[in-house]
Amino acid sequence: MGRTLAEKVWEEHVVARAEGEPDLLYIDLHLLHEVTSPQAFDGLRKAGRPVRRTDLTIATEDHNTPTLDIDKPIADPVSRTQLETLRRNCAEFGVRLHPLGDVEQGVVHVVGPQLGLTHPGATVVCGDSHTSTHGAFGALAFGIGTSQVEHVLATQTLPMSPFRTMAVTVEGELPPGVTAKDLILAVIAEIGTGGGQGYVIEYRGSAIEKLSMEARMTVCNMSIEAGARAGMIAPDETTFAYLKDRPHAPKGADWDAAVAHWRTLRTDDDAVFDHEVVIDASALSPFVTWGTNPGQGAPLSAAVPDPASYEDASERSAAERALEYMGLTAGQALRDIAVDTVFVGSCTNGRIEDLRAAADVLRGRAVADGVRMLVVPGSVRVALQAVDEGLDAVFTAAGAEWRHAGCSMCLGMNPDQLAPGERSASTSNRNFEGRQGKGGRTHLVSPQVAAATAVLGRLASPADLPAGPVLAA
Amino acid sequence: MEAFTAHTGRAVPLRRSNVDTDQIIPAHWLKKVTRDGFEDGLFEAWRKDPGFVLNEPARAGASVLVAGPDFGTGSSREHAVWALQNYGFKTVISARFADIFRGNSLKNGLLTVVLPQETVERLWELTEADPAAEVTVDLVARQVRAEGITADFSLDENARWRLLEGLDDIGLTLRHESAIAAFETRRPSHKPSTARV
Ligand code: SF4
Repeated sequence: MGRTLAEKVWEEHVVARAEGEPDLLYIDLHLLHEVTSPQAFDGLRKAGRPVRRTDLTIATEDHNTPTLDIDKPIADPVSRTQLETLRRNCAEFGVRLHPLGDVEQGVVHVVGPQLGLTHPGATVVCGDSHTSTHGAFGALAFGIGTSQVEHVLATQTLPMSPFRTMAVTVEGELPPGVTAKDLILAVIAEIGTGGGQGYVIEYRGSAIEKLSMEARMTVCNMSIEAGARAGMIAPDETTFAYLKDRPHAPKGADWDAAVAHWRTLRTDDDAVFDHEVVIDASALSPFVTWGTNPGQGAPLSAAVPDPASYEDASERSAAERALEYMGLTAGQALRDIAVDTVFVGSCTNGRIEDLRAAADVLRGRAVADGVRMLVVPGSVRVALQAVDEGLDAVFTAAGAEWRHAGCSMCLGMNPDQLAPGERSASTSNRNFEGRQGKGGRTHLVSPQVAAATAVLGRLASPADLPAGPVLAA
Repeated sequence: MEAFTAHTGRAVPLRRSNVDTDQIIPAHWLKKVTRDGFEDGLFEAWRKDPGFVLNEPARAGASVLVAGPDFGTGSSREHAVWALQNYGFKTVISARFADIFRGNSLKNGLLTVVLPQETVERLWELTEADPAAEVTVDLVARQVRAEGITADFSLDENARWRLLEGLDDIGLTLRHESAIAAFETRRPSHKPSTARV
């Protein structure tokens, strides 16, 4: 019987296998950031162990870093300690680090791919659940806990139990204005936040094949929001073209050997998935969340659902709680929901294509009175590219704030937070209670919807905007 | 991880059930960046009460915690285990432990021993009456012994073997060192490297 992409990558990394025990898997790339690594380094120090492969390990600072005044000392002592600890640990153990102020600094899942470190068929781990992002290259990439971070630092391997495989096949053409973010939000609403539990999802089908690498990263990034261990997309010409000539892409004969191997990384025609979901791309439209988990979403044209309409008692009570927290009423049109804040950024939608999409909507328009819009590039490289293209000027001319790279308001560990009761349209990935600040209310949206929402002050898509003084790009 | 074969020490009788991990180590301690230094956070709220058993001078240096049933419920924080170890506890005896806490404890070399509640009661009576009374937890013989008390306990064979050998997950994996090294020599040269270019 044929094998799936995920199974092929797994098999290539088995170091040791014994009956009744988990497989010992080799890890090709280990990404670190300041929040989940300190106790792992501390464990190494106590046991007198070195980092086995510093050449397969890289660290960046993202979660705690401020997006303003980055040249000044960090005000919050806890954030400062976490960053200083990472710097000390990396220096002591010889790990490459891109600290705040470095040109390669940024959100860990933006930095890896842009350096060309994320390769098809690689195993990639990080003490962060959105490691699934890297699956866009056909890598097997998953988030791990602090004990496992220490395990990988010490051994470059992880004992792993097998997973099940799920195919999410998206056929057809995405309608104009419908993005990868809308697609993945619709997938999560379809299979539920627990629907992917225990699975590695492979996204396939003609609509997926047409997506750019950055759009594929948006899709794989949110696999974790469906509960999946990882998301993957088979590598193809789009993947190879993105990687070619990046700093850490293979060179010369290595490149040819790599591409020849990468071409074999496809699910065999006779392979069988444990579960299959089929989505019609042409039926999708801009999608937003109304609740407090990423599965509680609906097309922008819909209304806030009535909890009473849920058959399942736990879904019904979850919807009731969500509406109460979000301050919404059943039946209210989603387009009538007014927001205070718009956030464009994060490892889901903080790459250059996302900024271009938002800027295209904002060009020649203005952010509505009383609305605060933050644009936070996913990395310094993304920021530089955006400046090169004049996107920063578009944002500031429209009245948005152009900030320094980092996780920022995706999780509110740094000063960028919602105040209690404040409502945001956010291009990030989690709308949990308090995620963007205590009492904050989050609607997950695409960059295009975020920008249109900023202009109208209420949830909107670019199609809702009056054909105003839009200047040519 | 340190091997555990047998341990003898004085005990702290903790007559409370459902001790959750928030009580063992409050959430505000989770911002720390080490596995050390959690001893002052252990049972922080209760220790504000001078009458709390841990504050009795006679309990200083005790290393065996005898607790009520359902010890370690609540969040999965590994910090609860670290706090107990940092304070100096080597072993915890209870009639029932929460699953995740038990898993975390055995992974870190803190032996959690399940005994019937009657035996726990007898250990409480003994150690309350005589703070100097010693309790022995013998993993080789799978037995807890104290004056007038001998109680057998069970522990799954794999967990027991790891504790006796002092093997943490990393230690176990390092037994495959030659397989890892052999795998590394087979890795193709086009694999990613973070070495600066
Ligand atoms: S941007 Fe958000 S989801 Fe991504 S790594 Fe940072 S905090 Fe996590």
